[in-house]
Amino acid sequence: MPGKLKAKIVAGRHLPIMDRASDLTDAFVEVKFGNTTFKTDVYPKSLNPQWNSEWFKFEVDDEDLQDEPLQITVLDHDTYSANDAIGKVYIDIDPLLCSEAATVISGWLPIYDTIHGIRGEINVLVKVDLFNDLNRFRQSSCGVKFFCTTSIPRCYRAVMVHGFVEELVVNEDPEYQWIDRIRTPRASNEARQRLIFLMSGELQRKIGLKVLEMGGNAVVGYLQCFDLEGESGLVVRAIGTACTLEKISSTLPATATHPSNSSPSKDMKEPGFGEEAPGVPLSSGPPTPLRAQTFSSFSPSKSYSRQSSSSDTELSLTPKTGMGSGGSAGKEAGPLKALLRQQTQSALEQRRVSSSSEAFVRTGEYPFFPLTAFPPGFLLHVGGVVSARSVKLLDRIHNPALGNTRSYKLLDWNSFTADEPETRDAWWEEIRQEIKSHAKALGCQAVVGYSESTSICEEVCILSASGTAAILSSRFMQDGPLDTEHRLSRQPLCVFSTGSERVEGDMGSSASLGFEEVVSPGCGFCHIPYDELNIPFPAQLTYCYCCRRYKVPDVLFTTIDLPTEANVTGKGCLIQARLCRTKKKAQGEGNATVISNLLPFLEYELHTQLMNKLKLRGMNALFGLRIQISIGETMLLGLASATGVYLTALPSPGGIQIAGKTPSDITYEQHISNMQKKINDTIAKNKELYEINPPEVVEEIIGSPIPEPRQRSRLFRSQSESSDEVSELDLSHGKKDAFVLEIDDTDAVEDIHALLTDFPTPAGFYSCNTEIMPGIQNWTSAIQMFTSVRVFRLNASLTSQGLNKIFSDLCENLLKSLYFKLRSMVPCCLCHLNFTVAIPEDELIQVAVTAVAMSFDKEQLLENGKQSGEKTLIKAITENDEQLQFNLELNAETPSPNPLSSPKGLSEVGSHLSARALSVDYSSFADRCSSWIEQLKLKAHTIRRGSVKTTSSMEKASPLPEGRSRSLRSNRSYSGSSVAVVKMTPLSFIPGAKIIKYLGIINMFFIRETTSLREEGGVSGFLHTFIAEVFAMVRAHVAALGGNAVVSYSMKECVFMENPNKNQAQCLINVSGDAVIFVRESELESTSVQTQSATTHTSNGAEGT
Amino acid sequence: MSVELDVFVGNTTIMDKEVYQLWLNGYTVNDAVKVRIEGGVMEECEASAEVLLSDTMDQYRTFQMCERLLHHPAKLANQLLFQFHPQANLANQLLFQIPPDRQAMLIERYYAFDDSFVREVLGKKLSKGTKKDLDDVSTKTGITLKSCRRQFDNFKRVFKVVEELKGPLVENIRQHFLLPDQLARDYAAIVFFANNRFETGKKKLHYLTFQDFAFCAGQLINNWTLGAVDNIMDDMDVDLDKEFLQELKDLKILITDKDLLDQHKSLVCTALRGKTNVFNEMEANFKNLSRGLVNIAAKLINAKDVRDFFIDLVEKFIEPCRSDKWTSIDVNLYLTHYTNSAHILDTFKHHAVWTRYMGVIKSCILRMYHD
Repeated sequence: MPGKLKAKIVAGRHLPIMDRASDLTDAFVEVKFGNTTFKTDVYPKSLNPQWNSEWFKFEVDDEDLQDEPLQITVLDHDTYSANDAIGKVYIDIDPLLCSEAATVISGWLPIYDTIHGIRGEINVLVKVDLFNDLNRFRQSSCGVKFFCTTSIPRCYRAVMVHGFVEELVVNEDPEYQWIDRIRTPRASNEARQRLIFLMSGELQRKIGLKVLEMGGNAVVGYLQCFDLEGESGLVVRAIGTACTLEKISSTLPATATHPSNSSPSKDMKEPGFGEEAPGVPLSSGPPTPLRAQTFSSFSPSKSYSRQSSSSDTELSLTPKTGMGSGGSAGKEAGPLKALLRQQTQSALEQRRVSSSSEAFVRTGEYPFFPLTAFPPGFLLHVGGVVSARSVKLLDRIHNPALGNTRSYKLLDWNSFTADEPETRDAWWEEIRQEIKSHAKALGCQAVVGYSESTSICEEVCILSASGTAAILSSRFMQDGPLDTEHRLSRQPLCVFSTGSERVEGDMGSSASLGFEEVVSPGCGFCHIPYDELNIPFPAQLTYCYCCRRYKVPDVLFTTIDLPTEANVTGKGCLIQARLCRTKKKAQGEGNATVISNLLPFLEYELHTQLMNKLKLRGMNALFGLRIQISIGETMLLGLASATGVYLTALPSPGGIQIAGKTPSDITYEQHISNMQKKINDTIAKNKELYEINPPEVVEEIIGSPIPEPRQRSRLFRSQSESSDEVSELDLSHGKKDAFVLEIDDTDAVEDIHALLTDFPTPAGFYSCNTEIMPGIQNWTSAIQMFTSVRVFRLNASLTSQGLNKIFSDLCENLLKSLYFKLRSMVPCCLCHLNFTVAIPEDELIQVAVTAVAMSFDKEQLLENGKQSGEKTLIKAITENDEQLQFNLELNAETPSPNPLSSPKGLSEVGSHLSARALSVDYSSFADRCSSWIEQLKLKAHTIRRGSVKTTSSMEKASPLPEGRSRSLRSNRSYSGSSVAVVKMTPLSFIPGAKIIKYLGIINMFFIRETTSLREEGGVSGFLHTFIAEVFAMVRAHVAALGGNAVVSYSMKECVFMENPNKNQAQCLINVSGDAVIFVRESELESTSVQTQSATTHTSNGAEGT
Repeated sequence: MSVELDVFVGNTTIMDKEVYQLWLNGYTVNDAVKVRIEGGVMEECEASAEVLLSDTMDQYRTFQMCERLLHHPAKLANQLLFQFHPQANLANQLLFQIPPDRQAMLIERYYAFDDSFVREVLGKKLSKGTKKDLDDVSTKTGITLKSCRRQFDNFKRVFKVVEELKGPLVENIRQHFLLPDQLARDYAAIVFFANNRFETGKKKLHYLTFQDFAFCAGQLINNWTLGAVDNIMDDMDVDLDKEFLQELKDLKILITDKDLLDQHKSLVCTALRGKTNVFNEMEANFKNLSRGLVNIAAKLINAKDVRDFFIDLVEKFIEPCRSDKWTSIDVNLYLTHYTNSAHILDTFKHHAVWTRYMGVIKSCILRMYHD
């Protein structure tokens, strides 16, 4: 019985009027935890009640503490009829269970109602007294820390990384219960919200138990997802990386050296495995920061298998498309087709056999890491992207449970129809196995940047998993903080437990070579992990352009973030491949078959598009690759997003060569040469834009053992057999291999068109879907997180091509809108652009984007040396400011264009702005200064595009006599008071600030419904309000925990449904993130500002957000 | 193919000042887009009309959602206070995270008004009837009806809130609506005029701007209301000091007592002689002007005559002077001596009332004395 939960209800404010007669409310509060309920007194006739209740105490199991939320219901007392509910607050008390997180929840929390939205706020105090439970058999896992962040959290160091943890929980969806027909929408929504809270709590507890079993104390990269499967239930599943974390104290961690060898791992040897072990020596990391290494390339080779299980009760159609990785070589049309025709059961079955025979293949024994960024030296080599998909039918899941290994606690009601989680477990197991074997094929024992997702339409469900095959260092702990890894031989890193021989071999080599080899940390991860003579796919290998010792592929695709130490030329950019394919309407099995037949083509096309767009930008690697496939009744959507970069270690990409198949026609030739010219121009332009000027390579390297790579590779778009004699056109892009596009089929023309119509990012903008943008370091503290949602209705029956164009335009336009919205932040970068697509119903496409815009200083790097002059600069700025302000005021007084505020003056100030960024030490002064500048920027903004041109035009329309402007004249402003706001960002850090404490995970699920859609401003008004409310609630809960920011924020679910005819709409949103406390670096009173850190020390006061 | 839903929500609410102004001016989304296109924002940002439309709609929606908070600005502002002072007794405002300078801008612009509009409704009862006539005002001034309604509702809302409040009017307005000083004063004037129903629409008064009236209102509020003499009194700034109005009747002696009148005249004329070009006119008009001013004072006890205060000032004093081509220096000179001389009169005892009355009259007339 080790827990006492205490709650106190202090007050409420701005409650809604519940009694029409008096225009007041008689409010009281019910506080419920588990099955215990307490009530406050009724506070009569007030919209701002002061309950000041006693401490309500709940004595509960810590298991319940983890599972249950504290539920606070605010009601209006009614003497004669039933009390009316005003709204609810669910408080996740998990953060209080961990000694290092928050200690108290205290603050104003919005009272939320699923029909009316936020209705006032309530001030509560919540505390937990936890008694230690050392029972080995306990069911709780209090104290395990959870982080959404997909890297080692900033104020911790990883003592040990234990490996993959996963769990899922299934229940019946209250929305689909019989009782739902008779209860109100509110009751139904609340049942659902509560259930999901419970399920998340349970899931988290179970994951925590697994972590404890493994000897860890934290989960990093915790990713929890919901599958709303409709009739067949509700699945909540999560994956993460179990770690042992240690809070960083001020002193540097002592580095300990340990015998590098891991305990002899017990486990499987696969015949092919040892052979695949690369001869590439692994390098031990020199003590340089972060040497995560990834590389991947991609091959269009798909292993496609369709499995009809022998079991009668289950039908599963599982086409699996594994994206191995490798060179860009295009000879794959044949193999692809062959694979497609093949109905390989063998692979899977073999795997089954092997897995059942090998003891180690149990759930949780996968060498997978959802992390995307790694501690120094952790990542050695990267093999490439691996992915697997499987199509499942949801209505056939009532098969008997496969085993009783798990204890499953039924929630709320005993439901016999609800699935046992085992079915889902088995599905995921299959997929993970597949991923593992793909990784093996690439010569890698681990998968990093691993994620899982689903897409559900009616009863068909696609399960997808993807990650990056990689080799992890066994010696990273030598210089890195993960030093104690091998001490615990009891729990060796699962990486080592899986691939015994190979790993040992590797470690042997690294042990022997480690100290001799000096491999540049910036390129090591690009070196191929597989045997070059036994490449699992056709690829072009060359010697690394950095160290010239090891082989690298020509292109690298990965799902992880760009390792910080990677050598990158120029800047990166967001690259998206978008695809929309129609499909016939079908039911059940037929539908699943259709979808599984389409999938490989979809992936292939997406890959081709990605490759083309990458080449067009003159880049050679993709990071953060995320491929999302959504199914609808009549179409399939594919969206692949990644950040393209030019890795210095990899060869320069060739241009794109267009080749026609029927060269007889002159106009056709002309057309082609026009096209070619356009493409060449675009490539040149892009190179300039992204500052890609790779250092000229000294020709040919020490005798390469592999034959010269073919100078041209060809990408065949058509299914027709290849014709090798494509004219050897002169390539304007140097001696490098060119990518040949044959455009004798319409597909390619369309593709090229799509390539060329990609809207260039406007000046001053960069975009990426990774955490940071290579080439930009000098962030200012101005950040703006946002969510944008669009739903597009297709009202005509369209061809696939037409659809493609529409979908592509939809994404492009969305990006354009974002750039326009955020134009005041220029120069800035949209980071972590996370697109999610969905097909909410037939003919609707929904695209949701969450990202953060971060400003940076352009000039800073150039001016780094000029620190001496900064004081004068500041002075100049302030003077300038005043002057400018004066001008601006003049301008406001006289609406006519003012010559004084000419753009010239502004631009002068503009150039000073960046200079000012150096001046941060005088924090208060700088604060004031920068807030001024912020204002100035705004004003300047309006002047530039507003007053000068527009005001005059507006004046014509309506006389705006001086009265209006006069009233605007006053200098009154709130400036000076720095306001504590809660920042939100999808990134794991806050620029210019240091995270000093993690307060716990925020994982919230909300449902909002309306029956008066029109009155609430239509669908847009409804969703706008809802998203704003969700933000507000997240901020309030973070503030109540004592935090001032949410990092690694993500909106994982946004399901929107409408029925305009009935004037109804419903929306579900699930958000998560880590609540943190950060302090500005300027406030940290850092003893000395190193020259380097000056870059991060930028305008601390400028709260652009 | 159509965009069915299109929203953008920032953690910090993004607002474009220019669009805000267009919204306040009552432009429709489409008109606003046109204005923006003409403004050249498209070229600068490489945007398309589509993007602009989407942005404008989004902003309009945001403003509409904010509007209800703007009706109670203290709520909006305390959204921030909330972050610092959990005790701040305010609510719904968690919804938007808006930096303080932005909030100030939003409030200030929302409560800003057009002078041409306010001239039309100044002194009118802020009733439904007046609101119904707003379309006429809209046609007359060229201000969109939507904007007129907003401005009218603002007047009414401020009026309702401060009507019953004790304490200084300007301060009350400033606190409840977080308005900058100057704007708060203007609102005080509007409330004061509406409460006392001063006539401002007569043709003779057309030459006066709102600022003239606002200045006069300030004078009246500061000198003639109850709050002006005694801050502790629990009365309000909105009503004139009844006791004072009563006392004003005593000033009648200045014109009813013939000796006093003559004595007053001679004192003033002695002082003025040689100092002005219009001395003769002053001398000739003295009795008329004096009667005019004193009569205004004496009548102020009647609510109806209070309404005609400004028109009386114009008819009884300003017009005669103007027809005699007095300069404002002349007027100043005349009124200074006229006021001071009364104190020298032996039998005149009401010095305090006289000073309180004439101080306001003098500054009002001087302000109003222009073309």
